[in-house]
Amino acid sequence: MADVELITDAAQQGVSRRSFIKGVIAAGATASTASYLFRNSSPLAALPTAQGSVERLITLTVNGQQRRVDVLAQETLAMTLRYKLGLTGPKLGCDRAECGACTVLIDGVNRYSCSILTHTVRGQEITTIEGLESANGRLHPVQQAVVDEGGFQCAFCAPGFIMSMVATVEANPNPTREEMAHALSGNLCRCGDYNKILDSAMRAAEYARRRA
Amino acid sequence: MAVIRDMIPAFDLFQPTSIEDAIDLLDQYGDDSWVFAGGMDSFDWMKDRIKRPTAVVDLGNIPELKGITSSDDGLEIGAMTTLTEVASNSDVTSRFGLLSQAAGLVATPQIRNQGTLGGNLSQDTRCWYYRAGWPCYRAGGNICYASAPLAMNREHCIFGADRCVAVNPSDTATALIALDAKMVVHSSKGEREVDAEDYFIGPGIDITRMTVLETGDILTTIRIPGTWAGAQFYFEKVEDRKSWDFALVSVASALVVNNGRIERARIAVNGVAPYPMRLDAVEAAVTGKPQNEETAEAAGDIAIRGASPLRHNDYKLPLMKNLVRRALREQAP
Repeated sequence: MADVELITDAAQQGVSRRSFIKGVIAAGATASTASYLFRNSSPLAALPTAQGSVERLITLTVNGQQRRVDVLAQETLAMTLRYKLGLTGPKLGCDRAECGACTVLIDGVNRYSCSILTHTVRGQEITTIEGLESANGRLHPVQQAVVDEGGFQCAFCAPGFIMSMVATVEANPNPTREEMAHALSGNLCRCGDYNKILDSAMRAAEYARRRA
Repeated sequence: MAVIRDMIPAFDLFQPTSIEDAIDLLDQYGDDSWVFAGGMDSFDWMKDRIKRPTAVVDLGNIPELKGITSSDDGLEIGAMTTLTEVASNSDVTSRFGLLSQAAGLVATPQIRNQGTLGGNLSQDTRCWYYRAGWPCYRAGGNICYASAPLAMNREHCIFGADRCVAVNPSDTATALIALDAKMVVHSSKGEREVDAEDYFIGPGIDITRMTVLETGDILTTIRIPGTWAGAQFYFEKVEDRKSWDFALVSVASALVVNNGRIERARIAVNGVAPYPMRLDAVEAAVTGKPQNEETAEAAGDIAIRGASPLRHNDYKLPLMKNLVRRALREQAP
């Protein structure tokens, strides 16, 4: 009984247990992995920058927030999001635009964050799966549909698929199953769970129509 | 080569806002510069550390390189226009459906959302020996690993080999050749216009390049004349997977047919040579002929004349023959 009350207390204060734990992990993990990835060995980071090239300290609009971040010229958006901003929703499956697990929305358009130079999306709206839920904790219709349909097995690919579904239901609120399959053809699922993913996607379109 | 290396080696990134500024940068850095459009081809090279440019020039902030405008009776497409836009723009779909079809079959939605028409045309070959960094002819060495006795060359060429047996991977190239498009190239020497079919070069001309573009050149605009607007089009891309993949063989044709007779024809195939190949002999053979099975059969036979397959790619002969036949048959409206 006491446990339940504790959790409820936390939820009322606007901090869920999940996000509290995530916060603790992110604070430690981003610091440690980032120091490995961005270690200062000479060919990687230490070229003196030429005049007229991009400034490293930039502001990105991520999930509706302005985030100040130090970004190398050669840094991909997936690296910036995961290792500098602690947004680990976009997964690095292949790092080669071949799997779709890193899919995010740039101004509402689904793209592979592993294959975007962060500097090329300054000033554009970046949305990761962390930004889909509304402030009051209500799930995005696409997320709700995935929960209801139980669309994924291991779900490593889920954040990418869900971002593609969001872009699709925005662009085409009334897709046929075939159109939906085509729209999701840039995301891979190694469990081979495509039929259930498509069920979720069709349900997502239905929920999105209803909420619109 | 799907290996995650920690980071791309450092380079300076420039984001000029005009074509002139971009060209100045390319001239300043010469062979150390890299033209960056959508980046879908560039990232592999950089992540694998096979190409190490020190100055990357991102064309994404140059407004005049984006968009589709009507001109005279044709269209002008900025080289930085995304493939998604090319595939869905109503001017393109209504009059030059061949190009929208081709653009819509490139890779995946995410890649089309970012990849550009200019980039799709100017991308490097996919030969994995070359892309893995082997010192082949194309990379400046003196051997072709893909035509060695035990080489894996199922995807390589059946025409046009000259030391190198790689193929051109572009889907939109054939469509633009069939539409008689012109490529507009800017450099510090000014502007020049190149026929689509001459834009692509074989290894015999320069084994290290896929196109006429040299250091300091930027493809800025693709001009499509009205000549073939609304013609009878056919595009087909045969690939191992229905998404992501490059063509094994693709075909694009434009025909003007009057009373069942082929008055004018342009046809091009890709995936069979180091450059997208216009089939002049087929065009000549079918012009003036009735559009029937006999003509299609003859065209298929003519198309593959002179082909010389490698150890693992003779399947491309019947494939190409059949695609050319299909491209000449009457299409269901």
